[in-house]
Amino acid sequence: MAKYKIVHYINQFFGQIGGEEKADIPPQKHEGQVGPGLAFGKALGDECEITTTIICGDSYFGENMEEATATILEWVKEENPDLFIAGPAFNAGRYGVACGSIASSVKNELGIPVISGMYIENPGADMYKSDVLIVETGNSAAAMRKAVPVMAKLALKILHGEEIGSAKAEGYIPQGVRKNYFAEERGAKRAVDMIIKKLAGEEFETEYPMPIFDHVDPAPALKDLAHANIAIVTSGGIVPKGNPDHIESSSASHYGEYNIAGIDDLNSTNFETAHGGHDPVYANEDPDRVIPVDVLRQMEKEGKIGKLNDYYYSTVGNGTAVASAKKFAEEIAQKLKDQNVDAVILTST
Amino acid sequence: MQIEFLRKEFTKVKLQLGYIDINDIKFDKNPRIENGVLYVDPDALVASVLQDELIKDAHFEIAKPGESIRITPVKDVIQPRVKVEGPGGVFPGMVAKETTVGSGVTHVLRGMAVVTAGRIVGFQEGIIDMTGPGADYTPFSKLNNLVLVIEPQENFKQHEYEHAARMAGFKIACEIAELARELSPDETETFETPTIKESFEKFPGLPRVGYVQMLQSQGLLHDTYVYGVDAKRIVPTIISPTETMDGAIVSGNCVSACDKNTTYHHQNNPVVAELFKEHGKTINFVGQIITNENVYLADKIRSSDWSAKLAEYLSLDGAIISQEGFGNPDTDLIMNCTKIEDKGIKTVIITDEYAGQDGKSQSLADADPKANACVTGGNANEVIHLPKLDKVIGTLDYVDTIAGGHQGSLQADGSIIAELQVITGATNEMGFNKLSAR
Repeated sequence: MAKYKIVHYINQFFGQIGGEEKADIPPQKHEGQVGPGLAFGKALGDECEITTTIICGDSYFGENMEEATATILEWVKEENPDLFIAGPAFNAGRYGVACGSIASSVKNELGIPVISGMYIENPGADMYKSDVLIVETGNSAAAMRKAVPVMAKLALKILHGEEIGSAKAEGYIPQGVRKNYFAEERGAKRAVDMIIKKLAGEEFETEYPMPIFDHVDPAPALKDLAHANIAIVTSGGIVPKGNPDHIESSSASHYGEYNIAGIDDLNSTNFETAHGGHDPVYANEDPDRVIPVDVLRQMEKEGKIGKLNDYYYSTVGNGTAVASAKKFAEEIAQKLKDQNVDAVILTST
Repeated sequence: MQIEFLRKEFTKVKLQLGYIDINDIKFDKNPRIENGVLYVDPDALVASVLQDELIKDAHFEIAKPGESIRITPVKDVIQPRVKVEGPGGVFPGMVAKETTVGSGVTHVLRGMAVVTAGRIVGFQEGIIDMTGPGADYTPFSKLNNLVLVIEPQENFKQHEYEHAARMAGFKIACEIAELARELSPDETETFETPTIKESFEKFPGLPRVGYVQMLQSQGLLHDTYVYGVDAKRIVPTIISPTETMDGAIVSGNCVSACDKNTTYHHQNNPVVAELFKEHGKTINFVGQIITNENVYLADKIRSSDWSAKLAEYLSLDGAIISQEGFGNPDTDLIMNCTKIEDKGIKTVIITDEYAGQDGKSQSLADADPKANACVTGGNANEVIHLPKLDKVIGTLDYVDTIAGGHQGSLQADGSIIAELQVITGATNEMGFNKLSAR
């Protein structure tokens, strides 16, 4: 019987080309297995063969996503494997996003089954878990020995066409896609069985793991408002008229940084909202309703606040993934710190 | 010793349910139950319903399991029961006097229900399909249903008419149940609720488990009544599970039909049933706490504090918490759960999900890591295609506007594409069904 063909995607580091200094290498194709591929080869056994390994620099992939994806897809198409394995990427952020992105493209554009592996907090995990089966791994390459057998087992199940069990049973990150089914027992019986186990200190499986909310404690109050530099950050989508950065009306992929030095009042001629999740009439009529530039300017003149920061930051919260919002916030926070901002007024719609 | 024994026997809350199996319903001038067949006189029952001046017209229809019948819009489902022995009567504070119920003997018409349907207030009511894919999701497709279709007077106030429709259902259920008063049951079952003292003495080695039942009380068409009292106006309290078997809690709501408890659900509370099954074996079922789901934060704080306080007062080791409804009550659910967990009492919550039609959204409006043991009744947003059925009891006029429907839900061929939400009892949060999500 012919062996199952597998294509493996890894980055420059696991491809043994180099570290960060080699992160800008374009995709390259190698015959056979490389790096972690050896461990996979062993774990998958005789019925499988990693025929091709594709290596790409993490920065290169991130900065040339379209081009890199096209090249890699072409190679995978030529090879026409039975399965595509990406990573595992552990907690390497850019590598995780690259694995998720390329695996998602291979699956959706070529119809080839894919798996990947990542640490739960890798941003790539959150971005691609609903689309790609991502095995949960430890947070560093030291966890390779543990990750490979779990990924190999899942890979074999897929290759054999066996039914894939629950996230917990198979070790992948819950995909967050909820699907109804009829259980063996009615809900009340399941609840009683669960409380008996919980009371006995036995292991039980919740039917809906609670989503994790990221709680942030508010910063302490400012002591001296009269000398404070106050900035505005909004998810209400207020942008200069014409939306120069083309921020999407829903599921924003980026944010904008805009200079309001010398502007005392926002109005329908100079600003507007890009937000598609509410009736924009009132925001467009007077954008101060979403970000209170007029009032803050007045307070600045009255000496109540030290200064309104020259730049404000804006994105659209409508349907925007938590992972994207988190990425924007990290960048914006750094920029605010660089501008010596003391406090931020966050507004949403 | 003798006196002590008698006193204990006297204080014990003990209810025997006598089940009279109903395998068929027929119209007949001579109302009776004979060989498992319920014969009702529709004319006499209609005359009884029309005593309420808000009801312009009414008629009865019969829907049996497997028949190609769609009932909509459904307001309530009620199981006829009659008090044969012991204090009080069924539906205290509604039909019978307010006397405390839950002891003695009650006869139950098993295998049937009275379903109230028709133009209730013009929007947001459920669907019961007696066959096809929709039938798999509602427990009421398995019952012989006597459907009361009501036509209201014009120019009524919504809440007045809701009251009239609700009372008509109870009244008819009680009139029918009278037919079973003198019959000998096909099967009997006895339920006993211990006093606090007994609960400590009887099963000292078993974990003490209670049931915290959250009652829908968000407002008009989102109401529940306890001994006739609007649940919005109660503070959490302790009720004997056998009281609910005698109709102490009734439904006053029909909006988002999938996860609202009908009166039938309250009468046949599955959490109570399953806890009784394990009582004395793996757990000590100590009692039931009822609380509400008001929309004001002050009420939420007070009620969740009180439910936790009562759970502690009963010295519970564990509690099952059932929700009713979704969205706003998710906050009550999580407040109850976390506050009870904070008392050192382990919890399991029963809820349902609104994860979007694609199942990708967060399922609840509130969450906490302490809610680590959750049973779900399924994703109510999941879309279902209900084929056209031969007969409609009620009207299809509201299919597009009920909760879970959308503009165009009713297809040209008579089939319906809508969210599971539209089906009465589909994602019940007392755990009445086998449906779940993963």
